[in-house]
Amino acid sequence: MNFLAKIADWFRSIGTATRNGITRLGFATRFFWAIVRASGPTFMRPRLLIREIYHAGVLSLVIVLMSGLFIGMVLALQGYETLVRFGATEAMGVLVALSLVRELGPVVAGLLFASRAGSAMTAEIGLMKTTEQLAAMDVMAIDPVARVVAPRFWAGVISLPLLAAIFSMLGIYGGFLVGVKLIGIDGGAFWGQMQVAVDWRNDVMNGVIKSVVFAFAVSLIAVFEGYDATPTAEGVSAATTRTVVTSALAILALDFVLTVFMFRGGVN
Amino acid sequence: MSKKTIDLWVGVFVALGLGALFFLALKVGNLLNFKEQKNGYEVMARFDNIGNLKPRAPIKSAGVVVGRVESIKLDPQTYEAVVRLHLEKNFQFSRDTIAAIFTSGLLGEQFVGLEAGGDSQMLKDEEWIKKTQSAIQIEKLISQFMFSKAQETPATTAAPSGAGVKP
Repeated sequence: MNFLAKIADWFRSIGTATRNGITRLGFATRFFWAIVRASGPTFMRPRLLIREIYHAGVLSLVIVLMSGLFIGMVLALQGYETLVRFGATEAMGVLVALSLVRELGPVVAGLLFASRAGSAMTAEIGLMKTTEQLAAMDVMAIDPVARVVAPRFWAGVISLPLLAAIFSMLGIYGGFLVGVKLIGIDGGAFWGQMQVAVDWRNDVMNGVIKSVVFAFAVSLIAVFEGYDATPTAEGVSAATTRTVVTSALAILALDFVLTVFMFRGGVN
Repeated sequence: MSKKTIDLWVGVFVALGLGALFFLALKVGNLLNFKEQKNGYEVMARFDNIGNLKPRAPIKSAGVVVGRVESIKLDPQTYEAVVRLHLEKNFQFSRDTIAAIFTSGLLGEQFVGLEAGGDSQMLKDEEWIKKTQSAIQIEKLISQFMFSKAQETPATTAAPSGAGVKP
């Protein structure tokens, strides 16, 4: 009898976890629609939005610039190691540009953005909730979703695609520095082969679409975790951790799904 | 942080982001053809087959880069490839220069090699290089090699075994 009760408890815990997960997913979806419905003031008063773009985008600029440059330089060095065995080092421009524009730009910029700006958003909103600032706004008839959440959400959606493009550009420049200036590949072949191989619509636009999708996902996760945080010091810290972990997983999973749909069966 | 400073930085950030998108579209994706500043002269050459030659491939003379391939077109009358070569102006080549397409490495990129002749007249802007040599295609080389091997095999195997070979 005792044994059966334990098994039942075990199944019950699975059921509770599943139900909680579905509830949170539904809550997040409804929260998204609430943000969209409440985002009128954000665009009517661009000052709110600009302030948040400054915090989310401009302050993430340095880390994105530096990592883009270094990733491009490492790609060039590692690519050279492989390409030199086939005597095809001139294809390095293609290698660097395609890997950055298609994959690394959106994904790494998204991961950096989630840990640099997304965690900050969660902590800020979570602390506002903990110190009952959001409740106070509600009492003063100010909608906290419109005043606090929506500007942060849209700032993230605007900032991440721009950061991803900057990341790719710096990465390609880093590859150029290492490949052409350091190793001594022909500069014309580096750019020329890149321009022949990289397609505007298939490669560049799909990379931009990816970064926009990641921007929506990361921003929503960040503001939702903050808004949903347990209003204690511990709860805010747990919410911040969840933001980074969930965003990273969401970016990588979405990246797989998008890649399957965008690049199945080669370039065309 | 004053409003003006924030506005300035956000403006810089958005401009930088849009600039990066333009860079990706134009310079990397080659949405529009990027023309660089011309500082030299252009000559044309006809090739039967250009192999894998691409625009902006280097032009070398004695291994030194002296210019870039400007464009490649097909002549619809003769079915020959017409290659425009952009050469730097401090390198002058005689009119009987031979242009040939070579490959760097086994699978590497292809480039145009110029071998200067002995003519005292120099090539001028928009002139044609008369003597050209096409790209060597590795498939043709392999098939030639296979055919020549296939032709000589019966003779070599027949010789040692003598009359014992049955058809």
